[in-house]
Amino acid sequence: MGVIFDNASTYVDGFVVTLRLTAYAGALALVLGVIVAGLRVAPLRSLRLFAAAWVEVLRNTPLTLVFFFMVLVAPQFGILLPLGFWTAVLCLGLYTSAFVAEAVRSGINGVGVGQAEAARSIGLTFGQTLREVVLPQAVRSTIPPLINVLIALTKNTSVAAGFATVELIGVGRRLSTANAGDPWVLVGVAAFYLVITIPAGLLASALERRVAFAR
Amino acid sequence: MRPTGGHPAGSAPEDRPAPRDGADAPALVTLSGVNKHFGHLHVLRDVDLEVRRGEVVVVIGPSGSGKSTLCRVINRLEPVDSGTVAVDGVPVPAEGRALARLRADIGMVFQSFNLFAHRTVLDNVTLEPIKAKGMRRAEANELAMSLLDRVGVADQAHKLPAQLSGGQQQRVAIARALAMRPKVILFDEPTSALDPEMINEVLDVMVALARDGMTMVVVTHEMGFARRAADRVVFMDAGRIVEEAPPEEFFTAPRSERARDFLSKILTH
Repeated sequence: MGVIFDNASTYVDGFVVTLRLTAYAGALALVLGVIVAGLRVAPLRSLRLFAAAWVEVLRNTPLTLVFFFMVLVAPQFGILLPLGFWTAVLCLGLYTSAFVAEAVRSGINGVGVGQAEAARSIGLTFGQTLREVVLPQAVRSTIPPLINVLIALTKNTSVAAGFATVELIGVGRRLSTANAGDPWVLVGVAAFYLVITIPAGLLASALERRVAFAR
Repeated sequence: MRPTGGHPAGSAPEDRPAPRDGADAPALVTLSGVNKHFGHLHVLRDVDLEVRRGEVVVVIGPSGSGKSTLCRVINRLEPVDSGTVAVDGVPVPAEGRALARLRADIGMVFQSFNLFAHRTVLDNVTLEPIKAKGMRRAEANELAMSLLDRVGVADQAHKLPAQLSGGQQQRVAIARALAMRPKVILFDEPTSALDPEMINEVLDVMVALARDGMTMVVVTHEMGFARRAADRVVFMDAGRIVEEAPPEEFFTAPRSERARDFLSKILTH
């Protein structure tokens, strides 16, 4: 167990990278996901098809494959991404956006169709209808599933370890090698993940209770 | 020109009298040759209808006759399959900003109120003036309060819709429609979801609007309202306009067999 305390600062370095990956990728996924969810209910069929394809492709592709695509295939089309942190953020953000979009869409579908009809009938545009009427009501039922997406994202950041980003898993691998496979090294890694995911889970339950009261 | 039902069933259409008043006023809403399907169901069949400025048209008919759909194609909540819909001489545009602008001139009151559940009563009424017309908030609030006062719910302005009774919610919905300063208001069965004791408070507001000269298209089962406020009754069955007449004439001497049958079923008790 001493190995965890002896290498506390190394752990913290990895933890900070994991946290930053989660935060940046989460923000990117949230923005893209909300836009894609909006497109899925757009009046234009071509936009709906684009959004549906976006969700289905990213949601049904292994995350590792998204990384490989960005690192190995994208350069062949002239898109040269530097290996490392921001590429990882991009891959994680794109991948997670599909799950965010589905969570938001289910929230949108939970808002009665009459709300959108009333909004359209008073002359709001499609964008105004979403912003002013539908999304504010969809948010309530969307937040708990979104936190599940965030927890999954936190754990998914570990894939970046395979692509030259030294986050928690990367730190674990180095410490394992240096300490002859001491099992406590990985216990330490797991503990740092819990620092993010357990509060997120608690937040989800708290919000779920508040939503239940508000109904 | 007189508006005519597409294929009037039963009696001869030639001997219809002109409407009571405003016969030479220009048409505000014009539907011509409108057809609409829901899957295999043909809900509107060659419908022609003109609503003149200031006219109150009440649409009645058995359920499934297409009355609500008729109401909803006017502001294109339902797109038509064929035919044209024009409001104030302008064909209703397809999806987009132009359609949104046109809708901002057409008020609509729904059977299930459809007040914005997350906004206060006041914010429900100010949303259109602020977002669609760009009015300043202070001015919009003032307008909204005067309209809420007019429909008798000013004291509820800062509550959420769910805290109001059905009758109060529907009156707020009417205030929300009025805040648009609309050319015409569409009422889609506005009292059908109300408890019986709340129906009159809503109908009274509607009668007052009619007296003030608002152009209204009202789908309803309230025959009393039709008698009191309508300039013209439009009777629909199976997706067609079967008969159009001033209310007294329609209720006392319906020309078509179908209308006589319908009236005998609803007026006997």
